[in-house]
Amino acid sequence: MSAGGRIAARLEHVVKKPIWGCQMCGQCVLHSTGMTCPMTCPKTLRNGPCGGVRANGNCEVKPEMRCVWLKAVERADRLPLWRGHVDDLRPPVDNSLQGTSSWLNLFSGRDRQVPAGWADVEP
Amino acid sequence: MSSLERKLNAGEFVVTAEMPFIDGGGQEEIVRQLEPMRAFADAFNATDNPSAHAHCSSLAVSIGLLAAGAEPVMQLVCRDRNRLALEADLMGASMHGIENICCLTGDDVTAGDEPEARRVFDLDGVQLVTLARALDHGRYLSGRPISPAPHFFVGAVENPSAPPLDYRVRRAAKKAMAGARFLQLQICFRPELLERFMRAAHDTGVTRRIAMIPSICILRTVGGMRFVASSVPGLDVPPETVRRVEQASDPEVECFDIAYELATHALAQPGVAGLHFISFRKDAGIAALCRRLGIPPRIERETNGYSASVALR
Repeated sequence: MSAGGRIAARLEHVVKKPIWGCQMCGQCVLHSTGMTCPMTCPKTLRNGPCGGVRANGNCEVKPEMRCVWLKAVERADRLPLWRGHVDDLRPPVDNSLQGTSSWLNLFSGRDRQVPAGWADVEP
Repeated sequence: MSSLERKLNAGEFVVTAEMPFIDGGGQEEIVRQLEPMRAFADAFNATDNPSAHAHCSSLAVSIGLLAAGAEPVMQLVCRDRNRLALEADLMGASMHGIENICCLTGDDVTAGDEPEARRVFDLDGVQLVTLARALDHGRYLSGRPISPAPHFFVGAVENPSAPPLDYRVRRAAKKAMAGARFLQLQICFRPELLERFMRAAHDTGVTRRIAMIPSICILRTVGGMRFVASSVPGLDVPPETVRRVEQASDPEVECFDIAYELATHALAQPGVAGLHFISFRKDAGIAALCRRLGIPPRIERETNGYSASVALR
């Protein structure tokens, strides 16, 4: 990673970690998920809640935690912009971007690259 | 084309059944477990480390089912494998003639008896559906061509009784958009929640895009009912249902009556394409329940035709 890339990643982490619990996946989808980070889901699910959500709305894995996706869906439906994006199909995480700045990846378009086999069948 | 695909495409009512987990005993064990239910089900689910407990792999059991002359639905969960391993198992399944694939995210490792295991979840259930479709289109995820391309009839699971309740149908629609053609619904002990889900799926046109197959669980003992109520992730069992079995003079009969009532209710929902049965009885519980519900054996349905008479379509 270049020096500029490292600085951008550090800055992004400082801003986003305290607010959204950013995990630095490098391909931020916060705006599509009600400004709730799906990487804070213990299963890191990016396409909605699993079937294990407890009747009280808490997480299957961490019973004391409210399901990340419950928050995401509620908040997404209240957003003035990007409201319908929560229903979009999100591609698998590109693990090679872990730790890089999603801001730079957004500007370069790198965060929108998907595997060729995925692109073939993407709805 | 699998018979499950052909029947669901033709709008025929289907019955699927869950194979008990297999821990050994060879092909004879698969045949022994299959025998009590094979006359009634069109296809049999080979589970993939259910509730995060290790057992014989779903691929191996699916191959055994084929060898026994039965049609498998191979479950695949995202908990234990990364995308490379999932692709390899899907391709291996295809090599053996397995087409029906049920894609699940999977219970977490903490639900099992080896909670110290690393959870994978490299993909989620919806992405796994898309991956299976990519292979079906003749390409690995990387884009590398596959010739000849495998054919898969891809399905998934949805839970009508887990929050956020109103979002569940949207998630079902997302799975349909990703390429799933059938949904085996999680066991639902709260009929009003299944009804709410099916009504919304019907009203929004989701049931026309993906075949809905509610699951019916046949329990046997008070302990079994308590276990399901307390230890299976995502199941919401009303306390009065647990009490009903606890106070019954014959818990086995009571459990059977509960399964019958839930199945009758499920069959009355709009857009139900079939039923999936999970039995914890060692005997022919599924066959007995089908008979009581008036669902004929598979051969009879294939010969004479059958549609669940109470279902609105």
